[in-house]
Formats: sequence, structure tokens, C-alpha cells
Amino acid sequence: MPFACIHIPHFILQAALRAEPELCAQPAGILDGNPPLLTIVAVNEKAARLGLRLEMTKLQAEQIPGLQIRRRSAAQETAAHAALVDLALAFSPRIEDTAADTIALDLAGLAALFGSLENLAHRMAARAAEFGFSANVGVASNPEAAQLAARGFSGVTLLAPEEEAQRLGGLPVSALHLSAEMRETLDRWGVRTCAALAALPVAQLSERLGQEGVRMQELARGANVRALIPAQGATQFEEALELDTPVSELEPLAFLLGRLLDQLCARLSARALATNEIRLKMKLEPGEEEIFPVADESVLQRNSARKKSGRKNSAAAQTAPSIYESTLRLPLPMRDSKVLLRLWRLHLEADPPVSPIVKIEMTAEPARTRFAQSGLFQPLSPDPEKLEITMARARHLVGEANIGAPEPVNTHRPLAFAMKRFDPAAAADDFAGQPAAQAALAPVIALRAFRPALPARVEVRADVPVRVLFNGVCGEVIAASGPWRNSGDWWTEDPWNQDEWDLEIEFPLARAKESKLFAVSKESAASRGVYRVIYERAADRWSIGGVYD
Amino acid sequence: MTLAALRSQLEDSLRGKVSAPFAARRAALPQMAASGITEIDRLTGGLPRGCLTEITGAAGSGRMSFLVSLLAGLTRRGESCAVVDGRDAFDPCGAEAAGVALGRLLLVRCSNIEQALRGADLLLHGGGFGLVALDLSDLPGTAVRRVPLNAWFRFRRMVENTATILLLLEQESCAKSCASLVLRLEMEAARWNSAARKNGGMKNPQQFLLGGLRIRAEVLRSRFEAAESSAVNSSSNESPAPGGGCLYETEAAWIDLTGKRRRGKNSISGRAAKSAKP
Repeated sequence: MPFACIHIPHFILQAALRAEPELCAQPAGILDGNPPLLTIVAVNEKAARLGLRLEMTKLQAEQIPGLQIRRRSAAQETAAHAALVDLALAFSPRIEDTAADTIALDLAGLAALFGSLENLAHRMAARAAEFGFSANVGVASNPEAAQLAARGFSGVTLLAPEEEAQRLGGLPVSALHLSAEMRETLDRWGVRTCAALAALPVAQLSERLGQEGVRMQELARGANVRALIPAQGATQFEEALELDTPVSELEPLAFLLGRLLDQLCARLSARALATNEIRLKMKLEPGEEEIFPVADESVLQRNSARKKSGRKNSAAAQTAPSIYESTLRLPLPMRDSKVLLRLWRLHLEADPPVSPIVKIEMTAEPARTRFAQSGLFQPLSPDPEKLEITMARARHLVGEANIGAPEPVNTHRPLAFAMKRFDPAAAADDFAGQPAAQAALAPVIALRAFRPALPARVEVRADVPVRVLFNGVCGEVIAASGPWRNSGDWWTEDPWNQDEWDLEIEFPLARAKESKLFAVSKESAASRGVYRVIYERAADRWSIGGVYD
Repeated sequence: MTLAALRSQLEDSLRGKVSAPFAARRAALPQMAASGITEIDRLTGGLPRGCLTEITGAAGSGRMSFLVSLLAGLTRRGESCAVVDGRDAFDPCGAEAAGVALGRLLLVRCSNIEQALRGADLLLHGGGFGLVALDLSDLPGTAVRRVPLNAWFRFRRMVENTATILLLLEQESCAKSCASLVLRLEMEAARWNSAARKNGGMKNPQQFLLGGLRIRAEVLRSRFEAAESSAVNSSSNESPAPGGGCLYETEAAWIDLTGKRRRGKNSISGRAAKSAKP
């Protein structure tokens, strides 16, 4: 039964540079510790060639020209480890979380799926590169040998069962994770390679180093067999990024968010999942600096109000860095990083943070991917992802409350309706099974509402309107229907109590042509239209609610 | 080399590869969608998909009823539609009573012409709608006339070769040659319930009910030949409208005094009860 091991060499460095892949081509080092005692804990090859060493101080490291220094980030390492687990789960459901930088996999039955073990190992390495890792992959007949191969050799290493001892023999004993005492003892004996350790007599080794020494010898031979300790993947997908330099503009922030979204979507894709909710949490640096220049006056005023309200808080709250939190809810599961980035850009343009950003955390709630069955005879419907972007842009243009699918509300208030989220897919489900459109009947008369209603003056004779004046034109009522009284919500602060009339009004042709508001008939000597005229009883006020158009 | 010789040379070189390279090709007729008004469909053949159609007329001329009828047909057939309302004049409750499936209707409520044009641009760019209606009827005519022609040209190009009907409602035609079909609507007369007239007409206004409007539709411009335009007068009960065009009636969605329920499940503003008295 074959096993594989994925190992990330220089894990601290790779975790820190995962969000900045362009730094891999430059000399880079990672600092850790409590200021002012910051020391170098990880170094890449280019930096090592320039003279950077472990445990150098920050001051010493800064003397090296061209060196990129980053602070060690626990959040980024956690996210990198979670990504490593997701990478392993993309290939095998049985994995072991061996170490922060190492994952072991059970490859039973997978060779047939991927063609061969070699092909599988190379696919793992390629997939790790998509996740931002430069990984070593080892394949052997037991987990320990695979782990030793991954830690000891770079790239992809396949060990045939009969050659494990020979191939692993060339590795130094330091690859076995010996205790300091055992390492010192073996060094005194002159045992420096796994082959030399494997050649020692077992009985004598047991007497001198105990069972631990025997176990190390088995590892050196590649003969240690043990079962995997299964691990499960995380249920949350989170990526984090700590910034050395605060970000105060939308473009660089969008660039960083794009990186995080790429990583999140790659991890979701590896687990055959998508997301329908993404939460963004950003740590802000307190200050007066104006950030995210926006042209929208309302956004500027809102940000200014936020800052003013912040200054009114207690002194402790003023000195503590604030947090920006926002959630993007999607109508259906997605994992296209480009679409998600566009939605976030629109979201941030409408509601930008008020201070520079020093840390970004992004969490995606996993959801099953959607399956859509297309058909040749499906009615025309917008693409869900394009529609979401269109809706976000339109919300930015007219406001959240002015776009959506209209929905009647449970009230008798005239012309009342609410706006709900436009979801053609849900509407299709609502109408599924209903008979198709019936044969066309006579078209129904529709009302063109005036919002707000136009003020009017009405002359009433024998309780019936006879003359109406509005928009500067006076017309004669030639037909009237009403009054139709309705009222409601008297228990609220916004009751209504009104009489409605349907009036056919005739206006002088000349004035009608001037205003362009009224129906003008070529044959008639005057213009006329049918209007809904409203009398508000409490306010004793007339208005024009709309025209039947 | 003369033109005829050049043409002959090109035809010889393209023979076997391109058939009739210099033959004039007729542009394919667009697919037509029923407007839901039989008389208009007979007059125009329906509304062309992938083209810009203008509906012009003054207030009360029947444009909103036309739009609602079209929406009812398209949404009930499962198509998603969008209305960009320039002055927030759309009545969803009345539309639902007329048969519009509101779940498939995207309403964009604007407050000025800039928002309306940008909203329409976004929706057309996104695509996928069976109908995008831009209602500029209640906006000042001067503002609508100031919209440059290239804006309408751009809109037309965005729906070309798609199945989207782009409908523009306004007081006067302003898209000029960008529109493939221009209809002018005009209210001929309002129809009041005749039973009430016998009872004394306006003396009993509560027995009066608005029955509907009689609308005249005239084709100002069309790039397509109507399939059955000559059959309008022969089969319709309406007398042929002088000067071309057609006449049709709209009906109210509430119950009339004869108790006969018209199309539409819900009444408007409680008129279906018919017991409302001051």
C-alpha cells in the first residue's frame, strides 16, 4: 500500500511569501521575536548568498542591500497549513496532519485514478504550486519512508519498496529528527548518514540507545511501518495577511484581496466546494489620514461622521486600533475569484474603511457547488455571476432600496410595494409546474403613478368634482367615478384615509400642448385624460395620484 | 483594368470557395415577440428581438398598459425582464393584477435621466433579459431630446444579435434611425360603464366604473413588413382606423357592475368590493 508525503521546506518563509510570490525571486528573510529583540528565523537561498544568517538581528539584516524583510505572522502560517491540508484532501480522503509543514496521504487505489504513482506525485507538486507552495513530494511503501524522502530530497521522489534503504541511506542522520543527546552520541561514533546507522548491529544499538535508537534505525532503513492517524479538513476557509506598510488606497487593497481570493478559491476548488458568504475583517490603523479617495459625496460625509463619532468615544477606545468588518452574501455558491474580486471592489467603493489597513482576514463559508442543467429550449435568463456584478453596480448607482424585484405587501395602502432581491432562479422554481402563459386576453389598463402625488385644486359641486387645476392648467371633469374610500394603519404614525376618484378631465388644447402632460387627440378639439384624483380627508387636500396610461 | 474585368477576375479566383461573392444578401429578419395586444401584433408582426423599439405618446395614451401587457406575456413564458423607471412611475400591484410575474421582473427606480441611462447601460451590458424597457415618459422632454444619438446607437448595438427587446417609452421619438420600430399611441376615448349612464350618468358617480381606454396605435417607422397588416380590418371587430394603424381596447382589472369578472385576480385599490360608500 503506497503512501505519499507533501513537505513544504522553509515553511515559515513560504507561508509569509505566499501572498507575495514576487518576493521569491528576491533575497528575503523573516523576523520574529518581541521588539526590540527581533532576529532572523528564516532565510531564502538568495539572501543566504548575500550573507544573511539565522539569528541575525534586525539591525544586522538591514545592512544587507536589496534584502526584503517580513515579520513572521502566525495567522499566515495557520492559513498556509490549512491550505496544505486542503491540497492533500484534493487527492486522498485519508490524510495525516503530521506537522505544520508536512502532510501524509494514503494512496491506496489512487494509482488507477491518476494513471500511475509518478503521475500522481507530479500532479501533487503542480497543485501545490497553484496554492503558492514549492513542495517536495515523497512516495514510499510506508508513511515514515515517504516523509523521510520528502524531507530529505527536493522535488518529487518515488521509492520502490526494494530500494528504500539504499536511497535513504545517503541522507544525513539529522533528517531523522534525533534528540540532541542521540545526535551527539552518533556524531561521536562517526555515524553521520542513514546508511551508517542502518548498518549498526541491532542488539548493541538497543543496549546503548534503547528502543528509540532501534526505531531510528528502522526509519533509516525505511522499514518502519505504522498506521496513519487520520485528520479531517477544516470546515472554515480562512486566509490572512499582515501588512508591514499600511494600505490606504483601493487599488493596492484590491490587489491584495485578489491574492487572498485566489488562494481561497483554489482551496475551495480542491475540496469541490464553493462559497455563498465571504466575511472580510480588516484591522485599521488609527489616524486622521484621509484614505480611499472617493468621488461620492454621500460616502465622504458618512466617513466623516464615522470619524467624528469615533472621537467622541473614551480615550481607551480612541487609542485602540479599530476593526472594519463587512460580509458579502451571494445569491448562489460561487468560486470564481475574478467575479468575487469585482463584487468586493464595488462593495468597498460603496462602503470604504475610514483608516489605513494593517491586517486583512478573509473567511469563506463553504457550500456545495450548484449544478445547472442547460437546455436548448430554456427561456432567456441572465447568467447568475454576471447578474450579481450587474446588480452590485446598479446598487452603487441608484441605491440598495431602488433595485430589485417588486413584491406586493400585505396592506390595502394604495400603490404600496416592497423591493426584494431579484433572483430569477428562485422565480423559476416558484413558477415550475404552472401552466404556460394563457392565450392573450384584452390588455389591462395600467396606472402611471405620480410619486409624489401632484398637488391639485378641485372645484366640487354636489359632492362631485367638476373642475380640476394642476400643473398650471385647469380642466373640466366630463366623467367621474367614485368616491372610493379607503383607509388604514390608523394605529401607526402613518395612517391614511382618502377618497379616490377616477376623473376624465378635458383640458384646453393649447395649454395641454404647452405642458405635454396630457393626452392630445388630433380629432378632438380639446385634450383629455383619465386621472386618479385623491382627496385626503384628514388633511383636506386634493392631489393627482396618477394617470391611466 | 475595368471594374467588370476585376469583378470577373475575383469571381474566378473565389470560385469553389465562396458562392456568389457579389450577390446582395438580404439581412435576416429578427425574431418577433408577441406584445400581448392582438391588434398591434397584426399591425407590426410583434416586437423585434435584438432591436430598439420606441413607443411614443402623451400621458394617458396607453404606453404603460402596452408595457404591462408585454411584461405579462414575457414573464409568464419564463423570461426575465427589466424596467428602468425614469421617474418611479411603475405600479407593481397593478402589473401583478394584469398577469405580470413579478418574481421575474427587475425594477430599477431612478430619479433622473442620467441614472436611467446608466442603469439601462448596465443591464444591457450584463445581458440575458428578454426585455429591457427604459421608461423616460415622465422626464422633461428637453432632457430626453438632449440625449446624444450615439447613446441610442450604442444601446442598439448592445442588443444586436441577442434575443433582448429594447423598448423605449417617451413622449416623442428621439432615437431616430436607431429605432427599428416606432409606434405612436393616442387615447381615442375612455369607456365608462354604460349601465350607469342609463341611471343618470354623472349624478350617480359611484355607479360609474372606468371600463377601459380605446387606444389608437400608428406605426411611424418600421423596418419590417407586417405579416398580416392587411388582415387587420377584415377580421377585427374594430372599424379600420383612418390613416393606417389600428385601434384596440384596454380593460380594467376590476369587477364591473354586471358581476362579470375580467382578467386579473386582484383588484386595484379595493374597487372589487363595490360596496365602498362614503
